[in-house]
Amino acid sequence: MKKSTLRFWQFALLAILFLLWQLLAQPGLVPPFVWENENRAAFFFGEPLKIFKVIWAWFAGGEIYQHLWVTLQETALAFVIGSVLGLAVGLWLGLSPTASALFDPYITAMNAMPRVVLAPIFMVWFGLGIWSKVALGVTLVFFIVFFNVYQGVKEVSPVVLNNTIMLGANRRQLLRHVYLPSATSWVFSSLHTAVGMAFVGAVVGEYLGSAKGVGYLIQQAEGAFDINTVFAGILVLTAFALVLDFAVGQAERRLLVWRPTQGETEQL
Amino acid sequence: MTKHPSPLREGRGEGAAPAVSFDRITCTFAARGGGGSYTAVKDVDLAVGDGEFVSVVGPTGCGKSTLLNVAAGLLRPSSGTLQVFGEPLAGVNRRAGYMFQSDALMPWRSAIANVMAGLEFRGVARSQARERAQAWLERVGLGGFGDRYPHQLSGGMRKRTSLAQMLILDPQILLMDEPFSALDIQTRQLMENELLELWSANRKSVIFITHDLEEAIALSDRVVVLSAGPGTRPIGEFAIDLPRPRDVSEIRHTPRFIELHDLIWHSMKEEVLKGYAQTRNRVSA
Repeated sequence: MKKSTLRFWQFALLAILFLLWQLLAQPGLVPPFVWENENRAAFFFGEPLKIFKVIWAWFAGGEIYQHLWVTLQETALAFVIGSVLGLAVGLWLGLSPTASALFDPYITAMNAMPRVVLAPIFMVWFGLGIWSKVALGVTLVFFIVFFNVYQGVKEVSPVVLNNTIMLGANRRQLLRHVYLPSATSWVFSSLHTAVGMAFVGAVVGEYLGSAKGVGYLIQQAEGAFDINTVFAGILVLTAFALVLDFAVGQAERRLLVWRPTQGETEQL
Repeated sequence: MTKHPSPLREGRGEGAAPAVSFDRITCTFAARGGGGSYTAVKDVDLAVGDGEFVSVVGPTGCGKSTLLNVAAGLLRPSSGTLQVFGEPLAGVNRRAGYMFQSDALMPWRSAIANVMAGLEFRGVARSQARERAQAWLERVGLGGFGDRYPHQLSGGMRKRTSLAQMLILDPQILLMDEPFSALDIQTRQLMENELLELWSANRKSVIFITHDLEEAIALSDRVVVLSAGPGTRPIGEFAIDLPRPRDVSEIRHTPRFIELHDLIWHSMKEEVLKGYAQTRNRVSA
């Protein structure tokens, strides 16, 4: 299938889904066959038209921007701090067998722990502002990046390493010119997951207690049984996540030009 | 320790210390999973003179690479001493360049950045390093490919980049571990000729490991034959008196080349068969 045709059908499918949703949920349009009350479907599932109206009001009125901005800030901060920490600790443990052996059970335990339960603790420590959400995001991002860097350091090609040693690199230069680039490539390969996790941390944090952010909007609407606003928030979050993912993909393509992509053996 | 007189010790520089000399080098590795050990090379005596091109041939898996790693200082022998220009080697051999069998370029650096890496490590200013790297890329015929990443180069181009990367540091000793074994025969002969040309312009001591006897004879001043493992040691050495400069593809057809080939092959054959039998027994056992 051609790329434009593919795009067309992808959007057509989306439109059909929304149409079906509208048809089945709108009160009085289809006789209720599951519910005893014709308003029940709309109550549980919302109506796409009303959802779009909410979204339109958010963007036209400008109310949504401050919330999106807060969520974006939290995501970006969680991602950067988590990645830097993961990179540093991953390099350290990857290069020091003693430290790695000592901390191994702790790392495993902390990774196994469901970190979302830390959210209330972070709220006590860092308050209801953005930092409690950043902290939650950091705990999620850290482990993804850490494990990738750790693996990356362990799997540095011994031939490349020996070659660089023979070219006269000292320990510091080995770290900077072999271990770090190798580890960074592993960080970038986990970039999509890491950014996704930072986003999850931010939204879950907002949902559990905040005064701003898209998660807060959803939580507020939920409290008022306003299902259309809840769905509007979910749609905005999804679109936002897609934009974020696209941006990450672009960054990845620019930063990893040296890596052969699969199926491409560009030879001369 | 008594000095072990070696019949292999001879070089161009009469009286001067050899570039590399192995003195009763033994390398024993602990076997995987504990219990027992494996002696890769045993009591190896070998001297490579200043400016001499020595090839080391032997059956597969006989510990040729182990010897080279000892000469590079990447591997410490279990016993014996390695001397570089008369001085015992401690740590990495700073006077040697090493060309590995498999791809050793840093994949995240472009060709020119790979070639200039060694200069960078030595603290040469970037602009100057880049200039010299460009000159070397041109010398190996890759002048226009500096900005390519290793995965964008063909196998032969990567080897040439490796060669430039090693030679830009002007090492006195070149250690080459089957550097061209992954290349097709035409590219290989081109590379061999290029290597000979670069070598004759500025004679360095070379230890060239190969399993290809023809390549060994075509390139070297001397061919050393190793026994089958375990406990590999040199069992014969042959001076190659073919005139230089040589063309590797033409020299293969000269009568003297064929004569030398028969002679060396005859002494190798038994070891190759022995090595083959051992591998087979290990499988059937």
